[in-house]
Amino acid sequence: MTSVSIIGASGFGGGELLRLLLAHPGVDIKQVTSRSHMGEYVYQVHPNLRKQTMLKFSDPSQIEAVDVLFLAQPHGKAQQNITHYASLAKKIIDLSADFRLRNADDYEQWYGEPHTAPDWLGKFVYGLPELHRDELANANYVSGVGCNATASILALLPLVKADLIDLSASVIIEIKVGSSESGALGNIGSHHAERASVIRTFSAFGHRHTAEVIQELGLDNISLTMTAVDLVRGVLATAHVQVRSGVKNKDLWKAYRSIAKENPFVRVVKEQRGIYRVPEPKILAGSNYADIGFELDESTGHIVSICAIDNLMKGSAGSAVQCMNLMLGLEENVGLEFAGLHPI
Amino acid sequence: MASVSCNECAADIILADGTEVNEIIVCPECGVDLEVISLNPAKLEMAPMEEEDWGE
Repeated sequence: MTSVSIIGASGFGGGELLRLLLAHPGVDIKQVTSRSHMGEYVYQVHPNLRKQTMLKFSDPSQIEAVDVLFLAQPHGKAQQNITHYASLAKKIIDLSADFRLRNADDYEQWYGEPHTAPDWLGKFVYGLPELHRDELANANYVSGVGCNATASILALLPLVKADLIDLSASVIIEIKVGSSESGALGNIGSHHAERASVIRTFSAFGHRHTAEVIQELGLDNISLTMTAVDLVRGVLATAHVQVRSGVKNKDLWKAYRSIAKENPFVRVVKEQRGIYRVPEPKILAGSNYADIGFELDESTGHIVSICAIDNLMKGSAGSAVQCMNLMLGLEENVGLEFAGLHPI
Repeated sequence: MASVSCNECAADIILADGTEVNEIIVCPECGVDLEVISLNPAKLEMAPMEEEDWGE
């Protein structure tokens, strides 16, 4: 049994990690920490875990050595203590944005301040198995993924891998996001009276997750526009892409099918019947699946490529557990096979 | 059993024994309706499907 602990387990990402790890047959949770909830039972913060565990939140300074240490703190914290954390665990998975980018200059450009542990950036593998499965199997340090970046990357991955994109045109991705993406700590914008019923574009250009998409897919001419919608969980990325001249519907089917066959949590959704004909986050709540689909206008070469995920699962804790499985040599889908709810 | 390619998505489809001409089959990959227009050689044609806008 692999011992694991979570630093910063009182947030939404930490809570989702706990939900997954408590049910995981290969791990034993030793400690979960929270400065603001020290001494409280986990279920008092994460009520869905009542009768699942009698763990209490510990003091982060009293964390003990384990096999795998998860870091689920606010951005900026992990990089300050990474050397200490590495002395406690051979394998670390950091859900924050601290170690996603390979280049310190890129980090400063997108996050607005210098990285405090730039020497560590090159030691981390970007934690998206659909891109780095083989590297993850041998990795000791793995970064989390941005939820919007994950949806964007998976929407584009079939096109990039099959080299179908006309790179002379811009790639434009419109992203709709649920409220849990902004974390467990509220702000004036997440106050119910202000957040309920919105369709609010809060970042037209320059969202930080753009940097991950550029880095991981090697596309420069790309922009992400973020719009908050009236969901708690979920991300829907709608990518507008120009494909190379002559690309047909069957070429796209081949490309998308290939990605779905290589990756256990990617499904092609392009249905001719029923209500759910294209990817939708609604039926993915709580599941680690990423649904991808497309529509091509063959007369113009304009493709709309869509990806839906649960931001807390495939966009965070689910991918992190998937990475852990790979790092430990376990089956990739252990503890992650929940199919999602319908209706919900 | 004859093998044939889906007209929509190019998936390989195996026609089960007993399949008849004019029978409508569903592509297991993309879900389109396909009409069997010949068995030897096996050929399919897109069958009309209802269009709908989900009530939007």
